Amino acid sequence: MLRLVSFALFLAIWWIAALFVGGAKLPSPPAVLNVMIAEAASGALFLHLGATLARVILAFVLAMSLGSAIGYLMGRNRLADRLGDPWLILLLNLPALVVIVLAYIWAGLTEAAAIAAIAINKLPTAVVTLREGTRALDRSLDEMATVFAMSRWRTFRHVVLPQLAPYVAAAARSGLSLVWKIVLVAELLGRPNGVGFEIGVAFQLFDTPRLLAYSLTFAAVVLVIETLLVQPFETRSTRWRPRAA
Amino acid sequence: MRLEVDILGKTFTSAAGGTHEVLAPVKFSLGAGEVGVLIGPSGCGKSTMLRIILGLDRDFRGDIRRPPNARIGMVFQEPRLLPWRSVEQNVRLAAPEVDDVKLSELFKILELEAHRSHYPGELSLGLARRVALARAFAVEPDLLVLDEPLASLDDALAGRLREEIATLVASRPVMTLLVTHSLDDAVRLGDRLFFLSPRPARMLAEVPIGIPRGARGEAEIAAIKAGLVRRTQGERAGRDVS
Repeated sequence: MLRLVSFALFLAIWWIAALFVGGAKLPSPPAVLNVMIAEAASGALFLHLGATLARVILAFVLAMSLGSAIGYLMGRNRLADRLGDPWLILLLNLPALVVIVLAYIWAGLTEAAAIAAIAINKLPTAVVTLREGTRALDRSLDEMATVFAMSRWRTFRHVVLPQLAPYVAAAARSGLSLVWKIVLVAELLGRPNGVGFEIGVAFQLFDTPRLLAYSLTFAAVVLVIETLLVQPFETRSTRWRPRAA
Repeated sequence: MRLEVDILGKTFTSAAGGTHEVLAPVKFSLGAGEVGVLIGPSGCGKSTMLRIILGLDRDFRGDIRRPPNARIGMVFQEPRLLPWRSVEQNVRLAAPEVDDVKLSELFKILELEAHRSHYPGELSLGLARRVALARAFAVEPDLLVLDEPLASLDDALAGRLREEIATLVASRPVMTLLVTHSLDDAVRLGDRLFFLSPRPARMLAEVPIGIPRGARGEAEIAAIKAGLVRRTQGERAGRDVS
């Protein structure tokens, strides 16, 4: 209910602002909605959204699985930590734009280059979060598992993984928002489709309604995925904890 | 089936760089069906000794012989349950082979039936201790190690839990090692008592109790205790003179 009120307030402010600024710079909500409907009817909206989503999913899965594995290794193994740390610092501080441009130069304007570049941008934050989580693992529970001769897999599944779950959720959360942001840049610079590409076109034509139509649909998709997928996972992974007041 | 403990010593390097002797030479052994009790002042190194015996700490001088492939049931000082698994899952994870009948029986003895699906965070310390006991017994251990399982419980509850431990230990022949600083617990549960000195722990005395566990009445327990107290006081007096 509060969410609806908040959304209505947003629409109201937008509408009023549009009246003051004028339709060329800030089109009113109905104008943008018209463009959305037209784009949806032609199928272009779904095509571009689908292309972007596919890239997000691939890059996200790639970065999360690789990043979690590397982070876990670095948290467990001192040598891996010391070897990996300089790389990690470099990757963490490398601007997304540099990675994307270099990827396109080295691997061509290909799908693989785009996805790899997005994944590389997200990778270090996943590594850092999971390394922290691995370092925070409760050793007394590890000892318990050892004494009771629990198998490696059983220990990992029931002792280690539940302790890492909040860190995985945090990494997924921050990682997803990072990927949402970067994917559009990658598309703008070197892909013939996707929301980023459409926004680039709209920018060149100064077509604000089109720009807003695509960005808002994209934002809506992000919101839906966050509420339907990421938040339930977070709740589930921490359901054994006493609720905060 | 025998547990042979022959620790020559263990040193510990503190964060400040100093080295401390934690354990002096300690030697004892335990046969099947026997309950050995380690008694010593707080901080004398009992828990360190247990970690060595369990194979969790390999950085020591000496030799530990456990029966090969011995199944170990352990009750830690803190319950060490998995907070994200229910009571029943906690037990089943440690003891995957336990059958439903056996599990129900254990839960009944320990009065945990109502808490099967609760999470450890919802349990009192006394209940969590009982879950830890259930877990240790569910694996049907060859070696059972109890590290102060009754510490910080009120007398009534400690007494009931002690009864339950006695029942469970008597139900099958298992090597049991109990750590406590309560003489009462030691005399009621143990067959052989090992008295340890303050840190670095060394063996002060090994005292077997002649009367079988089941046959000890309150009078016998009081008599054994009085004898032990006299003995430890005598030793203390002897040391003061020297």
